[in-house]
Amino acid sequence: MASNSSSTAQQRLRIIAGHLQKRPEDEHPSVAAQECKAETSRSNPSSATPVPKRRQEIMKWNGWGYSDSRFLFNKKGQAEFTGKRYRLSGLILPSLKDWFEGTFGANLQHKSPATPTVNLSAVAPPDLNEPFVEDLKAAGVAMSHDPEDRVFRAHGHCLHEIFALREGRIGRVPDMVVWPSCHKDVEKIVELACKHNVCLIPYGGGTSVSSALECPREETRSIVSLDTSQMNRILWIDEKNLTAHVEAGIIGQDLERQLNERGYCTGHEPDSMEFSSLGGWVATRASGMKKNIYGNIEELVVHIKMVTPRGVIEKSCLGPRMSTGPDIHHFILGSEGTLGVVTEVTLKIRPIPEYQKYGSVVFPNFQQGVACLREVARQRCAPASIRLMDNEQFQFGHALKPQVSSIFTSFLDGLKKFYITKFKGFDPHHLCVATLLFEGDRGKVLQHEKQVYDIAAKFGIHYKKHLCVCVQDLGMDYYVIGESFETSVPWDRVLDLCRNVKERIVRECKERGVQFPPLSTCRVTQTYDAGACVYFYFAFNYRGLSDPVHVYEQVEHAAREEILANGGSLSHHHGVGKLRKEWMKESVSGVGLGMLKSVKEYVDPQNVFGNRNLL
Amino acid sequence: MFSVFIQPRHPVLKKRDDFEDVLEERRRSSDLRYALRCYTPTLYKGLVPCKASMLKSIVLQSDHLQYVIKQVSSESGDSAECVAEEASLILDEMAHRLQLSTIRFFAFTLSKAFKRLFRSVCVNEEGIQRLQQAVQEHPVVLLPSHRSYMDFLMMSYLLYMCDLPLPVIAAGMDFMSMKFVGEMLRMSGAFFIRRSFGGDKLYWAVFSEYVKTMLRNGYAPVEFFLEGTRSRTCKSLTPKMGLLNIVMEPFFKGELFDVNLVPVSISYERILEESLYARELLGVPKPKESTSGLLKARRVLSEDYGSMHVYFGHPVSLRSLAEGKINRSQYNLLPRYIPQKPRVDTHEFLNDAAFRLVRIQEENMVLKPWVLIATLLLQNPDGLELSFLTEQTDWLRHLALAFGAFLDWPNHEACSEVVSCSLALHRHLLSVSAGHVQLNVTDAPQDETTPEEAVFHRAVVVLSCASYRNQILHVFLRPALLAVAMQSANSNRKDDVYNCFNFLRNMFSNEFILCPGDSVQDFEEACYLLMKRGVLQVLEHEIVMSASGHSTLAFLCSVLDPFLQGYQVVCRCLCEETNENLTEKEFIPAVRSFALKLILAGRLKCCEALSSDLQKNALAALLRLKAVRKVKVGDQVTLKVNKIAVNSLEDTLGGKIPTLKPILARL
Repeated sequence: MASNSSSTAQQRLRIIAGHLQKRPEDEHPSVAAQECKAETSRSNPSSATPVPKRRQEIMKWNGWGYSDSRFLFNKKGQAEFTGKRYRLSGLILPSLKDWFEGTFGANLQHKSPATPTVNLSAVAPPDLNEPFVEDLKAAGVAMSHDPEDRVFRAHGHCLHEIFALREGRIGRVPDMVVWPSCHKDVEKIVELACKHNVCLIPYGGGTSVSSALECPREETRSIVSLDTSQMNRILWIDEKNLTAHVEAGIIGQDLERQLNERGYCTGHEPDSMEFSSLGGWVATRASGMKKNIYGNIEELVVHIKMVTPRGVIEKSCLGPRMSTGPDIHHFILGSEGTLGVVTEVTLKIRPIPEYQKYGSVVFPNFQQGVACLREVARQRCAPASIRLMDNEQFQFGHALKPQVSSIFTSFLDGLKKFYITKFKGFDPHHLCVATLLFEGDRGKVLQHEKQVYDIAAKFGIHYKKHLCVCVQDLGMDYYVIGESFETSVPWDRVLDLCRNVKERIVRECKERGVQFPPLSTCRVTQTYDAGACVYFYFAFNYRGLSDPVHVYEQVEHAAREEILANGGSLSHHHGVGKLRKEWMKESVSGVGLGMLKSVKEYVDPQNVFGNRNLL
Repeated sequence: MFSVFIQPRHPVLKKRDDFEDVLEERRRSSDLRYALRCYTPTLYKGLVPCKASMLKSIVLQSDHLQYVIKQVSSESGDSAECVAEEASLILDEMAHRLQLSTIRFFAFTLSKAFKRLFRSVCVNEEGIQRLQQAVQEHPVVLLPSHRSYMDFLMMSYLLYMCDLPLPVIAAGMDFMSMKFVGEMLRMSGAFFIRRSFGGDKLYWAVFSEYVKTMLRNGYAPVEFFLEGTRSRTCKSLTPKMGLLNIVMEPFFKGELFDVNLVPVSISYERILEESLYARELLGVPKPKESTSGLLKARRVLSEDYGSMHVYFGHPVSLRSLAEGKINRSQYNLLPRYIPQKPRVDTHEFLNDAAFRLVRIQEENMVLKPWVLIATLLLQNPDGLELSFLTEQTDWLRHLALAFGAFLDWPNHEACSEVVSCSLALHRHLLSVSAGHVQLNVTDAPQDETTPEEAVFHRAVVVLSCASYRNQILHVFLRPALLAVAMQSANSNRKDDVYNCFNFLRNMFSNEFILCPGDSVQDFEEACYLLMKRGVLQVLEHEIVMSASGHSTLAFLCSVLDPFLQGYQVVCRCLCEETNENLTEKEFIPAVRSFALKLILAGRLKCCEALSSDLQKNALAALLRLKAVRKVKVGDQVTLKVNKIAVNSLEDTLGGKIPTLKPILARL
């Protein structure tokens, strides 16, 4: 659903490599899909289902991403990125080990390997609502109550969820999974769910980081996971109005690839776009890396169709803006699966940009970096993407640098380093880096680039270099756990918030008996007129702790309190889920929460959509 | 209420650090070399390097000050440039010009002076180490107690000695008028603030921004006196909130992760200003600070002031202090440079924090044996036999220790030895003849002295002596309030005793440091201490005196006696006052002459009623209890006395009528 930090590396690399990597060829043939009864014909011949119903066959079941791509430490103790999917794949990363050991005090001798396969005996037998199952069978909707299928849909990518899986602990899981293949199927499922009073939990890409997919413990009804992955077609493209009508189960990268084949793109690239779905974006108010050009999801949608227990909600036309009372889209956007299932979305599309250019700027310190981003935002000339990482992340980026191929590049690197640290007097323990992406037609990009670098020159120096971040899974194998969380904050508070939250994390870890200082870093990932989006990354070595996940959760809780106390928002785009529910009232006022509750009461009085997120 | 068990504080168990004499080293090696040694202070990790001269422009350019300048300019009609110019002048008048060379000069001269004045200057080494740690982590605010001019000189001297960053010190403007010395102090880190600038928005903005900038940038530890001024009585004064609010705001607004508040307790075996204070309290006006005055004070250099103790308390993290009490997101909806009046809850927090910090200062204040002796001598105006005094001192010593007093009692020395040493150091307050010790109250009266002068003369000695007894009051205060409450409640019922206790606590909350809202806790603490001592038995609904408890209770009651008498005198005076338009200014002279008359007529023995400090505190209490109102008539403030209320308060204090129910907080 929402973007997730640990995918950043894959995502970033994929884009940086200029879409060089090959499509995965080892696709699992999809389980025979039901013939769709909707009248729309299959408009796109190349729409091979990228996500099979049996996701576990290509995905890691207890971590992020594909099962063949991962970091590991090889026998020589050097880090290696396996698989063939990414540019880093197969490369040796010589400095990662030192960084890893130096930062976390982790030792490669101390391994805490994951349970290799899921322990199916720990999965409780399904509690099926037989009449519902019968009616569904009669309607011809694909379904399964296979334990693996069910476990796979019982979690998102929160640290505690992944960690529990690694340790083989399995809690409440859905009792069955259904795969609607079109809008009509969804209508049928929702109708039957209401009739037989079962609990529905919509499931898109499974990338939630807000415990949104967790089955509520107190739920006594049969829980049905509604997996939208088979609703993945582009139904039509309107080149006159530059819109596309798409089924909501489509995964980000497939949507983009298929549009690219037609010469278009949506430009919506959340960090999770390899796995997250269109419906998930709508349901969580997702944000894409290139929102400066294309907008966030709420600016991209023209029309949304959602099936609720009361029936289907949608607008009657495709007008670009309406003044018809409060925008009903805003009841749907961010509803996090509590009101219904988004089935079809009309999105704005754009022609593929002619030219893309990457760059970096190095700043002597984080303050200068933020000042530069603020100035860029003030002049409203932000490139497609501009991200600023702090010194700790810069050092991590260094650790991820692959083994250099020739003496010459090594020499060049040394020269650059010498220039920045000695000539410009930048302290390597303070300097930080912004990465930029320009997009559009060539002439304009170059002009734009100059404008931005002219501003940047007042704060830092332009420097070519690429960086990436991803180690969650690797860390877990070596007693290191970590995750990320985000917020949005007015410009004048960015620095104070970053410093205070980072320091709070360090202090909380210390108080809770974490033996080594944690990695506590942040980056500014989006700029707005009135503020910025900030991401925090936090990881620590948990050796010697009896309940590391609990410690992690306490620290994350404290960090969130700190964010709120420093004028940050509860979430910029990850959503609230169940993880951040307790702060909703404080965030939107009692009246605001009451409004949302009354909408829920009207739309879903039986609480069929019973994931208990948000409210 | 009592069913809710509140963890009693266990002051006895508090572990205190050991002391080291810093003068010892100074007596052995060259002061000059010491003054010129390499000084490399530990620095704050987030330090923004900045020169004193740059501070000024940072302050003047700050969003906050610019905002206030515009506001003032639009309100007054003056041009913004004009107001900015004014702000710049205020800052020039205020700003310090900290220079290492001046510090070195002081390091040299003060070494010489301290060695002559004091036998030893003892500092807790561990406190210094903690401070060294604290200074690196977060900006530090130093909060020393204030008993003498020596205090801040000593602070800077010690910090220089321990390679700690030199503080900037908030000082009263009166110092600045001292030629040369004012400038010297400025160059050693003092910045000067006007005593009153209530309504002056611009002054407040410059001042607060100046302090905050230094704190935010980690420029230097900020030092100020919570009590606002030197305590003339050696009792801690009710803390002032203004500066505390300023240093806390950067944390509230998220500009700093945390601030370390470090209470420092400075105690003197003999205070340099001892008799000066007594005279001041009796109405001899305080000499204006002047350089020549200071030079005259040179004769003090030839006297022996015993030892001095400086105790650096544990740094108090503002963040931990505010945890759960301050909702920092209240600042989210207004740009942070726009000044905001503290909200009610913030104000409560400030008040509470300030009291707690002063209590920490009190608890860490080192008490000398003389303090015990002075207490006993004041309770026995006719004097005691030396042997009996020794015996009593020993008894009191154990009582004080049981109540958690931080007593500096020489190891392995006979009690009689200790007593005679103390008597020798304070001989100017005593007369010892034929084994009989007495306060020097009947000093051979010369023929030409009037009876009034004789009374004042006696009062000077009594008040000087009281300033030593006052140092230990915080140890006995709560049990003493309980002892008096039991006496006047005339009942063993816990509720009744608590009512009385609460009344007294309320009455005296301007006189002593009593944290507002802590009355149940204080009561529990008093019960706990006396129970532990075997003086009382505290049952579920009753408090019963033990057979052996009489002497302790009698002692505790007489500790508070001067204050009870003094407050009654103030009440009586107000009731008998015939002038309907008594102004605030006339109040103190009126009470003084009233008390003097009573003493001369032999109807009052207690000289402490003459103390203006007690009189002011009593008035503040009466105003707070609304028995007296202030009314502004023209440019005069007159006091309107509700004679019925004042009269009944007097009777209650005298134990003549039971505690007035309506005045009390209900159980």
